[in-house]
Amino acid sequence: MFIINVKYSMFLKKEGDIMFEAKIYVSIKKTVADPQGKTVKHALESMGFKGLEEVRMGKFIELKLKEKDKAKAEAEVSDMCKKLLVNQIIEDYSFDIKEA
Amino acid sequence: MKFGVVQFLGSNCDMDCLHVLKDVLGQDGRYIWHKETDLKGFDLIVLPGGFSYGDYLRTGAIARFSPVMDSIIKFANNGGLVIGICNGFQILLESGLLPGAMMRNTNLHFICKFVNIKVENNKTPFTGKCKKGQVLNIPIAHNEGNYFVDEKTLKELKKNGQIVFQYCTEDGKVTKEANPNGALENIAGISNKAGNVLGMMPHPERCSEKILSRDDGKIIFESAIDWLRSKHG
Repeated sequence: MFIINVKYSMFLKKEGDIMFEAKIYVSIKKTVADPQGKTVKHALESMGFKGLEEVRMGKFIELKLKEKDKAKAEAEVSDMCKKLLVNQIIEDYSFDIKEA
Repeated sequence: MKFGVVQFLGSNCDMDCLHVLKDVLGQDGRYIWHKETDLKGFDLIVLPGGFSYGDYLRTGAIARFSPVMDSIIKFANNGGLVIGICNGFQILLESGLLPGAMMRNTNLHFICKFVNIKVENNKTPFTGKCKKGQVLNIPIAHNEGNYFVDEKTLKELKKNGQIVFQYCTEDGKVTKEANPNGALENIAGISNKAGNVLGMMPHPERCSEKILSRDDGKIIFESAIDWLRSKHG
């Protein structure tokens, strides 16, 4: 009986792991100058593109991870952003998570 | 006295730093591999310039999580002397040992040239042999030296005398024209509040011998040696 229980719970855990796909957007804070964005805006304007208000450059990170549920996956990605992926002194971030 | 120069994957000024400390200044020193964690016996640790981990993600962001960094943070918090030069400075910022962050140079160019920096604070362990306001001519070589920090922290830096070096003209004027990379307040180097951790973008190890045209950088290492000597007797 005991053995069966262990096997059953292991099986459940494996089934519970869902693959998620996160799309993380990192942008330079509005309060921080973005020389790259400014230069790209200038280049676009000199090519004849009109009506440009602003260009801001950023980073786009895609990752896949296995978690039990969406809330866990969100918490995990948020932690990754804060600890490594984003420098919150100069950058802001947002992300979308969906089942892969 | 013992000096350590950390080698991360992608460091490239490590040999120059150790050469100056050992061969020019006659000190005892060795390299510290980024996976080492025992820093017992060291008096000063250099985080050298280079392109650790290919500058991937952000400059210094990956190196900051090398095994050696936890030990360096402890070493610094216990009062040990730490100097981060260029990429080393960027790693110190990412690690939180120094406040602020580095942005790309405003002109988007990698800048490699001699610049003038003014010694704003000569009371740190790294500038004790300098006169206040002394102008040093030292080369920079970086793509991300555009220092940024929020206003509140900037006020703190000023109040505590943590702004150690500022880009300036030949005669010591801090002007917009003398600022090579757009750094806030022409900041070329800052220290932590206690003064035992210094980060600077210019490379003193590249100009510590007359044979390399100038030796303005030597005074920074000599100051640290003097400071350690006075402390240890």
